[in-house]
Amino acid sequence: MGLLSKKDAALIKDPLFDNNPITIQVLGICSALAITAELKASIVMGLSVLFVLGMGNVVISLMRNIIPSKIRIIVQLVVVAALVIIVDQVLKAFAYELSKTLSVFVGLIITNCIIMGRFEAFALGNGPWKAFLDGIGNAGGYAIILVIIGFFRELLGSGTLLGFQVLGDPIAKTGVYALGYENNGFMLLSPMALIVVGLIIWVQRARNPKLQESH
Amino acid sequence: MAINTDKNSYTFIFAIVMVVVVGALLAFVSSSLSGTISENIRLEKQQNILYAMGVNNNDEGSVEFISTSEVAQVFNQYIKKQLVIEGDQITEDKEAFLIDLKKEGERAKNGEARRLPVFIGEKDGKTFYVLPMLGKGLWDAIWGYVALDNNLVIQGVFFDHKGETPGLGANIKQRFFMDDFTGESILKNNDIVGVKVIKGNNDPLNNDKLDNEVDALAGATITGNGLSAMLSDSFKLYENYLNSILVQ
Repeated sequence: MGLLSKKDAALIKDPLFDNNPITIQVLGICSALAITAELKASIVMGLSVLFVLGMGNVVISLMRNIIPSKIRIIVQLVVVAALVIIVDQVLKAFAYELSKTLSVFVGLIITNCIIMGRFEAFALGNGPWKAFLDGIGNAGGYAIILVIIGFFRELLGSGTLLGFQVLGDPIAKTGVYALGYENNGFMLLSPMALIVVGLIIWVQRARNPKLQESH
Repeated sequence: MAINTDKNSYTFIFAIVMVVVVGALLAFVSSSLSGTISENIRLEKQQNILYAMGVNNNDEGSVEFISTSEVAQVFNQYIKKQLVIEGDQITEDKEAFLIDLKKEGERAKNGEARRLPVFIGEKDGKTFYVLPMLGKGLWDAIWGYVALDNNLVIQGVFFDHKGETPGLGANIKQRFFMDDFTGESILKNNDIVGVKVIKGNNDPLNNDKLDNEVDALAGATITGNGLSAMLSDSFKLYENYLNSILVQ
């Protein structure tokens, strides 16, 4: 990346893969389980967190020298909540359909531990530009995992992708359903998301021995 | 000059200033947008009512409402009468679609009579009675509009929800689920019983229209039960009115 120094590029790249918030830091698991039954919701959630974490990290970073350390967690919460509510209100006024899709995520964004984690661990100690890159990187890493889980859960659970029937019609028995294939309803339930996360962690660590913990 | 951010007085002042600033900001955003937001909600209600009686831009598989720019005019064209049932009294009210069912539920709890809206629409010479309803899903409110004809057979429905799980309970607003209700009778032995969302009724294609059952959504049992309860509770409220329109 010519635009960014090596250190800055690492801020974005690391959390995408080798320091991924979900698979390595094991943060944000709850929302990864809750909303990945379909691909579209995963993408929307990924983008929302990207926006909130990018903005929030900058705001917290700008305020880092004046935030009283005793109440810093409360201040962080207020910043996230205010950002999310403002975005929600603006969408309700100008993009009503989109806001209805997002409504279910608003609460989940505020309580997402990745956001609080990055505020606490990075934005409080670094300048706004670095904090912005860190926010984008971490939210990106989160989004990638969400999309992977959403892809498999929707494909195997409902036989669709983004709502399109890619495997044929399960009721009329066309496509692969003609061969006796059935959708796996278990994929739609949250436990399966956890198993998919586990599989991703396994693949990732098997490919990169550096990530394996020794016991 | 570095500020001593550890002092108690500083912490207090910071907290107070923060609350005032953020509060003012949110209040400003909310009040400056509230007009546009309530207009959006108004149009959405009209779209939903029209959708239930089959006035929509659906193509195969998708849910498409009449566009927001046309809906007010189309609403006036199709909806012939808006009634409000209050106890035994039935009055006409041009703004009946704005009645907030949640508030009416609270009124009923306080012992007052509930105001129940009915929208009477006409399409292709057929009369539709559209009833709004409100219930509880897994996480939050669910609501809907059900269009009946005067045999009390469902002609179309529209369901929506506030926060059901995407891919599971949220699918109550998908075509493949809502379309199953069309043609179902809400009568059983001449009693109004509604329609139940039920697992394993051996009728996934929903060919049996007289069984008062539609096939449930996988992974959304509680949302489905909530929907069944919403339907039977709401039809109960409208029982007298429905019996009065029923052609014997």
